[in-house]
Parts: sequence; structure tokens; C-alpha cells
Amino acid sequence: MAKKQTVSFTLNGTQVDVVVEPRELLIHSLREKLQHTGPHIGCETSHCGACTVDIDGMSVKSCTVLTVQCQDAEVLTIEGFEQGGELHALQEGFTQEHGLQCGYCTPGMITRAYRLLKENPSPSEEEIRYWMAGNLCRCTGYQNIVKAVQYAANKLSSASA
Amino acid sequence: MAASTDMLEREATLQGLGTSRLRKEDARFIRGKGTYIDDIKLPGMLFGAMVRSPYAHARIKSINKDKALAVPGVVAVLVADDLKPVKLDWMPTLGSDVQAVLADEKVCFQLQEVAMVIATDRYAASDGADMVEVDYEELPVLVDPHKAMDADAPIIREDIADKDEVGHGKRTHPNHIFTWEAGDKDATDSVFANAEVTVKEEILNPRVHPCPMETCGCVASFDKVTGQLTVYITSQAPHLVRTVVAMLSGIPESKIRIIGGDIGGGFGNKVPIYPGYVVAIVASIVTGVPIKWIESRIDNISTTGFARDYHGIGELAADKDGRIKALRFTALADHGAFNSHVSATKLPAGLFSICTGSYDIPTAYCRVDAVYTNKAPGGVAYRCSLRVTEAVYLIERMMDVLAQKLSIDKAEIRRRNFVNADKFPYSTSLGWTLDSGDYHTALEKVLQAVDYEGLRKEQAEKRAKGELMGIGLCTFTEIVGAGPTKVCDILGIGLFDSCDIRVNPTGSAIARLGTMSQGQGHATTYAQIIATELGLSSEEIQIEEGDTDKAPYGAGTWGSRSTPVAGAAAAMAARKIRAKAQAIAAHLLEVGEGDLEWEIDRFNVKGNPAQSKTMKEIALAAHTGDLPDGMEQGLDATEYYDPPNMTFPFGAYVCVVDIDRFTGETKVRRFYALDDCGTRINPMIIEGQIHGGLTEAFAVAFGQAIPFDENGNHLGNSLMDYFLPTAVETPHWETDHTVTPSPHHPIGAKGVAESPHVGGIPCFSNAVVDAFAHLGVTHMDMPHTAFRVWQQCKALGINTR
Amino acid sequence: MIPREFDYHAPQSIPDALGLLAQFGDEAKLLAGGHSLLPMMKLRLAEPGHLIDLGRIRELQGIREDGDTLRIGAMTTENQLIWSQLLQDKCPLLVEGARLISDPQVRYKGTIGGDISHGDPANDHPALMLALGASYVLQSASGERVVSADDFFVGMYDTLLQPDEIMTEIRIPAPAQGTGYCYAKLKRKVGDFATAAAAVTLRMQGETVQEVAIALTNVGACALRAREAEDALRGKTLDDAALAEAARLAMSICDPVEDQRGDVEYKTAMAGEMTRRALSTANSRATH
Ligand SMILES: Cc1cc2nc3c(=O)[nH]c(=O)nc-3n(C[C@H](O)[C@H](O)[C@H](O)COP(=O)(O)OP(=O)(O)OC[C@H]3O[C@@H](n4cnc5c(N)ncnc54)[C@H](O)[C@@H]3O)c2cc1C
Ligand code: FES
Ligand code: FES
Repeated sequence: MAKKQTVSFTLNGTQVDVVVEPRELLIHSLREKLQHTGPHIGCETSHCGACTVDIDGMSVKSCTVLTVQCQDAEVLTIEGFEQGGELHALQEGFTQEHGLQCGYCTPGMITRAYRLLKENPSPSEEEIRYWMAGNLCRCTGYQNIVKAVQYAANKLSSASA
Repeated sequence: MAASTDMLEREATLQGLGTSRLRKEDARFIRGKGTYIDDIKLPGMLFGAMVRSPYAHARIKSINKDKALAVPGVVAVLVADDLKPVKLDWMPTLGSDVQAVLADEKVCFQLQEVAMVIATDRYAASDGADMVEVDYEELPVLVDPHKAMDADAPIIREDIADKDEVGHGKRTHPNHIFTWEAGDKDATDSVFANAEVTVKEEILNPRVHPCPMETCGCVASFDKVTGQLTVYITSQAPHLVRTVVAMLSGIPESKIRIIGGDIGGGFGNKVPIYPGYVVAIVASIVTGVPIKWIESRIDNISTTGFARDYHGIGELAADKDGRIKALRFTALADHGAFNSHVSATKLPAGLFSICTGSYDIPTAYCRVDAVYTNKAPGGVAYRCSLRVTEAVYLIERMMDVLAQKLSIDKAEIRRRNFVNADKFPYSTSLGWTLDSGDYHTALEKVLQAVDYEGLRKEQAEKRAKGELMGIGLCTFTEIVGAGPTKVCDILGIGLFDSCDIRVNPTGSAIARLGTMSQGQGHATTYAQIIATELGLSSEEIQIEEGDTDKAPYGAGTWGSRSTPVAGAAAAMAARKIRAKAQAIAAHLLEVGEGDLEWEIDRFNVKGNPAQSKTMKEIALAAHTGDLPDGMEQGLDATEYYDPPNMTFPFGAYVCVVDIDRFTGETKVRRFYALDDCGTRINPMIIEGQIHGGLTEAFAVAFGQAIPFDENGNHLGNSLMDYFLPTAVETPHWETDHTVTPSPHHPIGAKGVAESPHVGGIPCFSNAVVDAFAHLGVTHMDMPHTAFRVWQQCKALGINTR
Repeated sequence: MIPREFDYHAPQSIPDALGLLAQFGDEAKLLAGGHSLLPMMKLRLAEPGHLIDLGRIRELQGIREDGDTLRIGAMTTENQLIWSQLLQDKCPLLVEGARLISDPQVRYKGTIGGDISHGDPANDHPALMLALGASYVLQSASGERVVSADDFFVGMYDTLLQPDEIMTEIRIPAPAQGTGYCYAKLKRKVGDFATAAAAVTLRMQGETVQEVAIALTNVGACALRAREAEDALRGKTLDDAALAEAARLAMSICDPVEDQRGDVEYKTAMAGEMTRRALSTANSRATH
């Protein structure tokens, strides 16, 4: 058996160590070993985005990343969005605009939208659709997800103005 | 009397019926704190991985577990022979058939379950599954359902080859499952023989899959000491699962607890009982430790819960003015290797006989022949009631075919045939009683909104230039809310539903129902119904579903039955409570019950509203000794609701498409959907359901299919090929509504989640075919992929410059 | 959906990586963005014993201009290509192409070097590289060689890359000012590979085609250069007849595989249609 290794990274601001076989996928380490079950598995074939997490400023499908690749990385998951009891503007937006139904895609959606808004603080509807196309949703038809992202964009920009 | 500000404020604090209040369930989902099946982790839990057949039809000569058992972490390998001692090698299906839990002697479809490897984690299980050696002998494969009943067709089900029926009447061939019919065949034939005009079209509803974002799975946990079995499961119908598990295992229902948890979408996929669940349960009974089984996406699309696969023939007979005189619809249904589709015992083809649609058709006949093939079993209702999409697709397509034949406008042909608003309740020639409707108003509203005349003009101009533009109409009537127990049962259990409400002393309440939300927002909408009935804030009404130890018995959530059946149960249970509350209020105010009137959240003494008791005050009083003589304490009620009829939501949709004749690509330019679901409980949630349903309809119409080669091999069963549209492909939806309450439902609500799927699919198809109508095309089968549409262009010689 | 066991190595420099490659030979696979390799490993279609991650090698990153040559580190990701102002100014075809690859998440990880090295005829960069006249720097323990994109693709998943070599850099001669360009890709949805696609660079002199390159995606064992179509266009006006002839010649070299995207006839026709569209758009963007 390939030797297990200890991988250390920052998860939502906290330093964590996890012992894994080299073949272990990040989604499994997060969900099974680090009790972060927010990111979900929807396909395992890199198509659905339910497993999206943020690694070093990139939205990444964690079913297609090895945990060993994350040594020293900064990883952000849905669990890291609420700060000091206050929801992130995106979490608020998804509720206000009814941007979720079963909720299965939601953590991946919010995590992806977070990075999008960092890169483009006031995206148009077309830009939101294009840059959110790595996340599938079977319930909402996306229309309210677009509104949710716009809600957050507005809130964040008026907060920083 | 004008409502006072005070009353408006009190009304607003309830956040009851008709308000777009935000969803109560969101709080956990936006934080990543939902509890879906794969989030469940129990101490000592082992993981099961399935070994599946590479062949569609083969005899299993031997299975060797040795190498798999040698893999570190592998604890056990279960095959059919291991299930025999506990008599769990075969299981009953929800379609009156039996299904092999693990393949017994032979496999009948590709990726059929052959063995389960139990290991300490999913990595070891997966390694072990690779090492199970199965020796197969290939058999001839039956893929085409049209050949299923040929004399020389390979026999798929040797286990029942000598049985002359599988639950639904006489069989005529070993691959025949049932033939079901409705209506008057002779009368229909004679109208057709003498009709001025007839039209006929072969119309396929291809094999598709609901494909919710979360696949199926379970965690089974058997406690050897107490004999208690707990199963966490992705099920839309936990109570039915418990009953089946009890029947299967011999464990009394009182010792079985089924817990639904949060479900990541269902759309029909999560109604049946799958082999993976059963093997996990057996493995837990055998090992005494919890077992988790989670399906992969490829297994999900390939093996659990396909939908449709109805090969239909539609025929209409009409007069020269397009007034329909008779309808004759038949369908050949490919049910795969086991009849495990979900059906009411008396309705093996579900509610297919709703196929007369919104139209006043005096004479009709329909028939469905179901057969076995070497494909995965299923036949679930993909975001619709049983076989309703198939039926509505046929009638809505055929309306267009008839219009084209007679050169009558496609809106006009509908107007001429609608059931008039003054005819409700209306009895159809196939035996349903449509509860309420106003089809003309809905259609005219939509035509005006999109400027239908203008669109037809634009289309004519485009056609003159050789461009392809299509306008699709659909004016569907749906049937939901199964259903009256006199017509609907599954495994002998009636399809009633239930609600149990307990009001606490301080005026908050908890309600438990037999349904199971998979994203529909039950925790919110049920609370709103109860809030308005009881005058308590929906914020303080907690809803629980899906745990069979807590909730009263119900048939679950599918077929848009939650609002029509369980929603009615909630209203009725609340009314029982209100009746008791009235008696308490009368006692406290020292007046007769008849002297009181209900106002939002309280009983007032008639003519003296200053004298009143609020529901909160009454709730507290109900827990004291100051009650009318002989009355028990408490403010609880339970209702088992058996609906008197189904409900019949309807709608009018318009779709406009532009087609690129050189690539075959279709662009949906506009989609306008007017829905009438009766009383609207939460407009925000309704709109969300419509967006979702339309998007699923779009997926079905333009890309979804489960294709096979001639050997029964899957040709596209991952999300690479199976079309789930992204935000980029998905059109923008415009929604609208009319309100025609159901006369027999306690609050007049009909159910909405499925209408957009059922009505959307024919609307898209009608738009695509309409783009070619001037070239003589009357029908094109789905999915309307660029490739297939291009083939149509090529057949017409318009694909080149 | 779980890869087989392997050992993992994360070298910090090219020589270290080459050393590991030399040590493990056929047993080893290079890991770039992992968005072709890991999916194959999860399906157990690839089962390397050693994975050598190029992710920590700084020298393999970055986009720069060196005289008339654009030099792109093999580990540059698709999103980095898209967001590069330098490429937007000097080589917008590459930006347009990258925008049509997969989806945002895949583009954060997938690299241009991996996309080319993988040798998959469905990948988009190979045709883009052919149309741009790119060359690749391949390094091994025994030195480095520069091969042209035209020679690199040998067949299905077959390239000039040797097991002991790493692609370190992609070199693109910066297209002359006024060069028209287009990548026309027909796909079923975001995240899908091309049903057929055509990459075009075009230089016009007045209304006459001065220089043109046409390359096709996913209609053969590897990306195809449509040389006959190019030859037929040089010196011609881009009128309907010329477009039709170019499309016909492009189609004549296609040999696609039937799949759920379409049959051979459709894919071939789409290669023609994409060629035509890419040429028209390139023409509208070119300086005349
Ligand atoms: C859902 C999905 C959709 C996709 N759609 C598209 C698409 O539309 N168009 C498209 O072009 N691609 C598409 N891809 C593929 C994606 O772009 C991959 O990222 C790309 O093909 C490979 O790049 P990588 O960096 O991920 O390489 P890896 O997967 O890490 O490696 C691929 C192969 O190249 C080798 N390799 C990598 N780097 C080097 C190097 N520097 N030197 C030598 N060998 C090397 C590896 O050993 C391996 O054999 C898609 C992928 C997914 C998951
Ligand atoms: S689970 Fe990772 S993309 Fe679907
Ligand atoms: S909310 Fe259910 S998948 Fe998006």
C-alpha cells in the first residue's frame, strides 16, 4: 500500500492536518475526515460543481483534486462563510431571492459565486450565467440564482462604497 | 367593513396563505448544514460497493470472491446465494412484479447488481469490487421493444416464464407484462370509420432519467440486541419503504424506522425501492453494524428509475372545422427487465387516460401494452404523475397535427375544442371528472401577452427568407394528487395522506405529515396553510416529515400529491383544532359557540369585537382546568385525508424558437408560461417550482435520452452526454397565472410542481415542429438535439446554402 | 470512481521533475491541472504507479513577450490565458479559444501544456496551436528540443512527447497586427467537447487573402491542419464560392468518430460549417 502522508493546510482559517493515501480526493478528506459535509458529491466526474471549494483564490471541483496537492493551501468551504454570526451577502441573497430548493447544489453555488464576485464585483446577467456554468442545479432553473448573485453584488458594493 | 390597520398587521404577522414568505428550510442549506444521505455517519459504519454486470443479458456461470476478500479492508462479499437463507434474494416491486436483489443465475440488463463488497471505507470497497471475478456466458439481447413479443424473441424473465399474469391481467407472451385499456373501443372505431378527417402520428417519449443532483443511497443499521432496524434513505415515500421492508424481512413495522432526512432532489427517481437499499439492509442484519451504500452518478443514470420509454401512436378524428369527434391513443411501453415502475394496482399505465387533455372529446379509447426488454427497470414518474407527461405529450402534439392537416391556426384549433368554463365539473370520455378550469381565459391572456398575431406575422416574413422560426403552444390539463383510495392503492395501501398537529401552551405548534420534501419547501407551505387556519404565526409552526417513528402514515411526495392530499389533511386537522378552540373560547367568554366569529387569529363575540379570545390565549387555556365540562386538555388533532377526487391544474404556454438550419441548433427566444394551480399558497415558491419544471422540460425536449447499442450497452450515461443544462443554455422564463380554485379541496389548491414539466415538453416540441410546419413536417421525435434537427433539415434539403 | 493506489511526488524544479521521470520511467505520469488525467484515473483507465505533480514548479508558469514570440509556461491555466492582457492584445485567438473550453472551475485548473500533451483530438488547444503556428519546448534530462505544432500530433493520444520529457513552454509567433482570427466551436452545452470546431488566422491584403491557417478539432485522430483549403484560399477574394470551396476541402480531410454528438456525416458537415464561419468572422476582424 502506498504510504500515507500528513497534509497540512488552512481550512476556513484554521490550520488542519489530515493523514491520507496519495490517491485520496479532497472532497473525501473534507467530508469524511474533516467533518465538512457542506461540499457535496453530485457526479464524481468533474461535471456538476456540487463539490466546489475555493483553493488559493480559485474555484475548484474538489472531486478532481488530490488532498496531497493541497499542502500549505488556503481552502475555503461553505462552512467558512458565516462570520461572527453574520451571514455572507451571498447566503442572504440565496434566501432572499429563493435561489435554492433542495439545497444540494447550494454550497457549491455560493462558493463559486464568492470567487466570481471577487473577480468581477458587478457582473451582468450574461456574465453571471457564463461564469457560473460549472455548477449544475436541477431544481431552480438558475433564474433566481442569477438574482441571488446580483443581490449579493449590490449589497457588497454598497457596503464597500 | 374596511380592514383596520390592526387587522392588516395581525394578518401580516401570520405570514400565512398567499404570502411569499421566505423559506424556513433555507437556514441550514445556505450554511452547508443540511443532512443528506452521504452526510450520515454512524459508529463502526462499513461501506458497500456494487459489482455490476458488463453485459445486458448473460448467464452467470460462477462468481469468485477470493481475491476480493483478500483486499485489505474488505469485510464481506455478498452475492445472490448469500441472500437466499434470509429469503431476500428477490424483492417485490411497486409494480406487482418481483426483482432480483442481486442477479440470480443471470443478468438481464447492463450494470445490473451482481454482488456487493462490504469494506471499511469506500476506497477499500472500490478496490474489492474490482477484484470480484464473475464468469458470464452471453445470451442474445432484446433491445427493441417492438420485437419483444416476436415468436423468436429471447425470453428475459425465465423466473416467471410460466406465469400467465404479473399483477395486471393476462399475459400473452413471456416478455409481455400487461395490456391495459380504457374507453369504448368499438364506439371509437366507428367514429373513426365515418369521420370527415383523421390524423395519425407515431410519437415517442424517449427513455430519460430524472437525475436529481443527489444520487440514491442509504445507511442501514440493525441492532442485534433490540432487533430494531433503522434505515436512513433517499426516499420520497418513507412509509411505503417501511411497509415493503417489513414485508420483505419479516421484521415488524414497529421495529423498523425509516428516516428521510434532507433529500437532494427526487423528481420521481426516489420513489422505488432499489437493490442497493435491500443489500445494505441485509448486510447490516448479517454483520450487526451500520452499512452505507451510495450510488455513483453513472449507476444512477443507468440503473435506478428511468422514466418514459413510451412508443405511442396518436389518432384523432374530427370534422372539417377541426372539432374533435374521437381520440384513439395506444402506446407500447418498454419497462425494462423487471416491472418495477411505480403504479397504483388498478392503474398499471398510471393516469395515462388523462390523454383527452383540456378538450371536449365525446368518444375515446386508449391502450397500453407493456413489455420486458434487456434494459434497466423503472418507469418512474419524472416530475409528473404516473404517465401523465406521456399522455399530455400525445394530445398536445396531436392537436398541432390536426391543425396542420386542416390549415387551422394552432391557437384556434384549441379554442374550438376546449371544455367550456361553464361545463365544470366535466366528465371525460375516459372516466375522469375535471374539477374546475377556465381554459379560454388562460389561452387568450397568454396570446395577448406575447402578441401572438405579431409573432405569426414575423414567422411568415422569416419563412419567406428561408429562415426557421417556430411558435409552440401548449394548453395542457394535468392530473395530480393521487389519490382517492377507491381508485388508487400501492401494494394494497390507499394513497391517502395525513397530518398530525399539536398546539403548544404558548401558541407555537408542531405538525407532522406523511409526505417528504425534496426541495419543494414543505416546511414553509404547510406552515402557511396551518397559520391561516389557526391564526398562529407560520414562523412558530414547525413541520416534520419523513421519520416514520414520528409522522403519521402517508404515501409520500410524488405526483404533486403533497399539496392536494397532505396539504388538505393539514387544513382539515387545523379545522378540527379550531372547532375545539371555538368551544373553549365560548366557555371562557361565557357565550354560545354560535355567538362567536373567527377573525384572523381570534374568536370575537359577534357585534362586540372587544370581547375576544386569541388563539394563543385559547392554546394556554386548553392546557388548564378551565375547560368546558367533559372536555379533555390539549389542542391536538390528526387527520387522515382521502381526497374525493384528483385535482386538475392547467396552463397555457407559448414558446418561440429560432433554428439554425446549417447546424441544427435551436435557440429558445421566448417562453411564456401561465399556470393555474388553484389557490396559491406561496407565490414565490410556486414561481420557483415553475422555473425548475420548465428547465427540466427544456432538458428533456432538447437533449435527454438514454441510448443503447444493439447489444444493450449504454451509449451515454455520464453527465458528459446526459443533458443537464447549465445557466448558459437555460432560457429565461416568464411566468403568469390565473386562479381557478379546486372546488373539492379544503383550501382550493391543486398542486403545481409538475405542470411546467408536463406542459413544457410538448410546448418545446410543438415549437420545433412548427418551425418546419410550412415544409410539410408534422412530427419530430425528441430529443431535439442539434444533430437530430440537422438531420431533419437535411431530409428537407435545406441544410446547405 | 476511486483511483488505484500510487505514490505522489511534488518536485520544486524542472531538474527534480526530470530526475523523477528518469527514475520511474513508464511507471510515472506527470500531473498538471489533472482535469484529464484524474478523471481517467478515477475510471481506472489510467493506472500510474507514480504521479509527478508539476504544480509547484515556478518556471513552468507565466506568459511573456520575447521579441516577436509569445512564451507561455506549460502550467499556465486556461483562466490565466483568458485574463492575460498581453494575449488579449497580441493573440486574442487564444483568449477566444480558452473561453470556449469547459467551464470556469475546470479552467482554473486545466493547463495549456496539459491540454496539448494529452493528445486528445477533442481538446481545443491543439487546433489553436496549429492555426497560430506554435512550437513546443520539450525538455528531458539529456537536453531540450523545440518541435513545431505541425509535427507534434501523431495520432489518437499519440504525440512526439517521450516518456522522459516534459513540455515546458509553448512558443507562439505573435500574429502580425491586423491579423483576423476566430475559433468557431460547435458544442452541445458548456463543458462539452467540440462536435466540430475550426481555428482560423487570416491576413488580408485589400480583399485578397494573403495568408491563412485553418485547423480543425475533433474530426480526426488528432487536430487537423486543412492545408488544401488554405492553399485554395490564398490569393482569392473571400466570397461565397471561396468559402464553399474552403469548407469542402476542409471536410475532405475529416475522419471523425460517431458518438452522441452526431454521426460521421454530421460532424464532417459541421467541420465545414465551422470553417466557413471562422473564416467569415476572421475576415470581418482582419485589417483590409
Ligand atoms: C468537464 C470537463 C470538460 C472539459 N472540456 C474541455 C474542452 O471543451 N476542451 C478542452 O480542450 N479540454 C476540455 N477538458 C479537458 C481539460 O481542459 C483538461 O484540463 C486538459 O485536457 C488537460 O490539462 P491538465 O492541465 O488538466 O492536464 P492533466 O490532466 O494533468 O494531464 C493530461 C495529460 O498530459 C500530460 N501532461 C500534462 N502536462 C504535461 C507537461 N507539461 N509535459 C508533458 N506531459 C504533460 C499528463 O501526464 C497527462 O497524461 C475538459 C475537462 C473536463 C473535466
Ligand atoms: S462531484 Fe465534483 S464536479 Fe460533480
Ligand atoms: S437547489 Fe436542488 S440542485 Fe440546486
